[in-house]
Amino acid sequence: MNAQRRDDRGNMDRRAFLKTTLLASGALLIGVGSCGNPNAGKTGRETWNPNLYVRIDPDGTITIVSKNPDAGQGVKTAFPMVVAECLEVDWKDVHVEQAPADDRYGRQALGGSRGTPDGWDDLRIAGTGALYLLMGAAAKEWGVPTSECSAASGVITHEPSGRTKAYASLLETAATLPAPEVSELKLKSRPSEFKLLGTFVPGVDNPKILTGQPIYGSDIRLDGMLYAVYQKCPVFGGKARSANLEHVRSLPGVTHAFIVPGTDEYSGLQPGVAIVAETFWEANSAREALEVDWETTHADSSEGYAEQAKTLAAEPGETLRHDGDVDATFDRSVTIVEASYHYPFVAHATMEPMNCTALLHESGKLELWAPSQNPQTQRKLISQTLGIPEGRIHVNQVRIGGAFGRRSRLDFAVEAAWIARETGRPVQLLWTREDDMAHDFYRPAGWHHFKAGLSDEGRMIAFDHHFITLGMGGKTVSGARLSANHYPAGLVPNFRLRQSIIETHVPTGPWRSPGHSAYCFAYQSFFDEVALAAGRDPLEFRLDLLSQSFGKPQLDTERGSGTLRVAAEKAGWGREMENNRGLGIAFHFDHRGYAAHVAEVSIDGDRFTLDKVYSAVDVGPILNLSGAKNQVEGAVMDGLSTTQLETTIAGGSAQQTNFHAHPMLRIDKAPEVECHFIQSDNSPTGLGEPPFAPVAPAIANAIFAASGTRIRELPFRRSGFIL
Amino acid sequence: MPQVTLKINGTEHTLDVAPNMPLLWALRDKLNLTGTKYSCGIGVCGACTVLVDGAPTRSCLMPATTMADREITTIEGLSADGNHPVQKAWNDEDVPQCGYCQGGQILAAAALLEQNPKPDDADIDRAMSGNLCRCGTYIRIRKAIKRAAQYAAEEGGDV
Repeated sequence: MNAQRRDDRGNMDRRAFLKTTLLASGALLIGVGSCGNPNAGKTGRETWNPNLYVRIDPDGTITIVSKNPDAGQGVKTAFPMVVAECLEVDWKDVHVEQAPADDRYGRQALGGSRGTPDGWDDLRIAGTGALYLLMGAAAKEWGVPTSECSAASGVITHEPSGRTKAYASLLETAATLPAPEVSELKLKSRPSEFKLLGTFVPGVDNPKILTGQPIYGSDIRLDGMLYAVYQKCPVFGGKARSANLEHVRSLPGVTHAFIVPGTDEYSGLQPGVAIVAETFWEANSAREALEVDWETTHADSSEGYAEQAKTLAAEPGETLRHDGDVDATFDRSVTIVEASYHYPFVAHATMEPMNCTALLHESGKLELWAPSQNPQTQRKLISQTLGIPEGRIHVNQVRIGGAFGRRSRLDFAVEAAWIARETGRPVQLLWTREDDMAHDFYRPAGWHHFKAGLSDEGRMIAFDHHFITLGMGGKTVSGARLSANHYPAGLVPNFRLRQSIIETHVPTGPWRSPGHSAYCFAYQSFFDEVALAAGRDPLEFRLDLLSQSFGKPQLDTERGSGTLRVAAEKAGWGREMENNRGLGIAFHFDHRGYAAHVAEVSIDGDRFTLDKVYSAVDVGPILNLSGAKNQVEGAVMDGLSTTQLETTIAGGSAQQTNFHAHPMLRIDKAPEVECHFIQSDNSPTGLGEPPFAPVAPAIANAIFAASGTRIRELPFRRSGFIL
Repeated sequence: MPQVTLKINGTEHTLDVAPNMPLLWALRDKLNLTGTKYSCGIGVCGACTVLVDGAPTRSCLMPATTMADREITTIEGLSADGNHPVQKAWNDEDVPQCGYCQGGQILAAAALLEQNPKPDDADIDRAMSGNLCRCGTYIRIRKAIKRAAQYAAEEGGDV
């Protein structure tokens, strides 16, 4: 195996190395560092800052630090499994510890399905390096070559003599040996080599989750802690001019009420009014009496955006990519297919609302507990906004009650920090559901106008795509950008992507597979229309599209085709369907992962039921089969749910602010999911995002197959179908 | 401020509560029993589910002062050691993703099995459709309830 590790772009260009330390307790600490880390490789415990470590205690306990936040994507279980696999220890002997936010650990974010690809090498180096060290120690004590030794379940065996030594008995000797060179480590990389990886392992936090122990941010309780609510202007970006603070302060339980001037930055400290009380209930009850004079600057609306989108559709827009000659090819195409698609804003609606607990110590140190996808960014933002040096801000990581991209924005954390400083008491800021849904960073709305030209063999020879999206100051807002290189770019000889931007004041942000999660619905539905116009089977059409390339497509077309074939085969694609039943297929590639779904639906008037989904996913080897299946099953549920949801904007505000107006999927509509992983020898990549995007179009295509009605808009009810 | 004595997980607690303060906030902010979760505050998501005299109840809507003399069970008190058949089944099926809603789900499931020791999918869907899970663990909830029914039957005791 290569001694080098991948950088953020997946290039192998940094050297990793190992270092060991014997702690006073007799425990052996094995760390992995890299040249990317300025402190790495220096001698002495004080300057050694491994970005990942394993500790073996004299009692045989293996402790693995989990550096990234876990919001249900399962890294806190899957990553230690990788170390345990390579270290040859039993899972029951592994103990997982959550790291605080600390630059020593490198990137600690949750997002972009990057945890797995970024961590894969370090995790294996840590486990394998520790194993080599222990084998070396046993061999030294026995005076035999290491090649005669083997390891399993935390025990080294000298094969010729049958003698054994437990890891825990070898710590002192191991500490005297030089750390192995990473270049000499033979790292396990193929599913055929795994024993623990790829098996079904329940989450390490389950015992606490299932007994209601305090592990989430909103569970933090500190001595003398107060509870805060924070009222922001319902109109995005509005500022508080004045408020009846005297009256609010006089209400039961209320200790503080004040205006926070805030900044203009949506993802920073937004202006508002803080009310602090002895209990959350009292703080929130006092809010009912709060009267604020707000200064607002806009009255944006979904309807207004739709009008602008209509106008822009007639304009050429900015060309982001043009391969070949699209217009000339349309002129010689035998068939032209045109259709327009639209999807609305959608809120994240995590089950745990935004919250953060903050404590300004007398020493001036600010300590925070926040369910955050980016604990390091959080520290920076708070430092910049409050003027507290980053080194004096300590961020604890807590388990996160759902993220989906929402908690990459840290407005709630900086609000809590400000309120804690202002009150001089430990404070827990808890948003109500209404706060959470009225001040989200929504998945942006978008409009797609497609035109395809077909050859006489029914091949798509020209594809024009006018994407009308949202922006601020002429630049697309977060989650509203479409890569010019994305599928089907490079697969159609004449390809053009055009873009027009509508100015918005609505905060937007990443939402589970940002961009992809919305526009995949549009073009995977449209490709069904094109296949139909060409008189071709939707599966065959998609496979054909992946069979040739023009330039360099972003994806591996073989892996893409593989997922389509497996999903179709498992679903019995092409089988005879009863009346009012249909199969639909869709495929997508994002975040280095490949996913195809076949949806099986039945319809009854305007109601549809998603009976079953057949999923095929290729993200390389599977780490934890349970966590992996959970991600696919959850993505299918989330995808189905989102076909029913929208956040509409009127008068500059979000209109749906609690679950009664946001009908998320419930168990009685949950489909069966049959999930198949294609486990190649490619390096494993993330699974939080890739299976999501193709869910909605697979269902829409199945509804078409069952009913003959094409759905070109989300939520589905706008096309006459409800769940 | 009104005073109320609440019997929670077999222990009596006398506390001052703000008028109309729902049981949820008495549990969370007065007694530091944070296993019961807040999510919607309007009784539609089930995250705040507790058992009141064995029946699943939305604690976010129920004033604490009306709960005197009732037997309240929160997720912390469902079993002494986390070994209730539903808790065991929930771990063995690895139901949780983020886990935030699962305390409420588990209590609703335990109450279902009290009433119906061998529920089918339709029974499960009916009993559990008041509990939202944003991560979409519904398939596993169905499986885990059936597994819990099996565990309870094997133990031969009450669920």
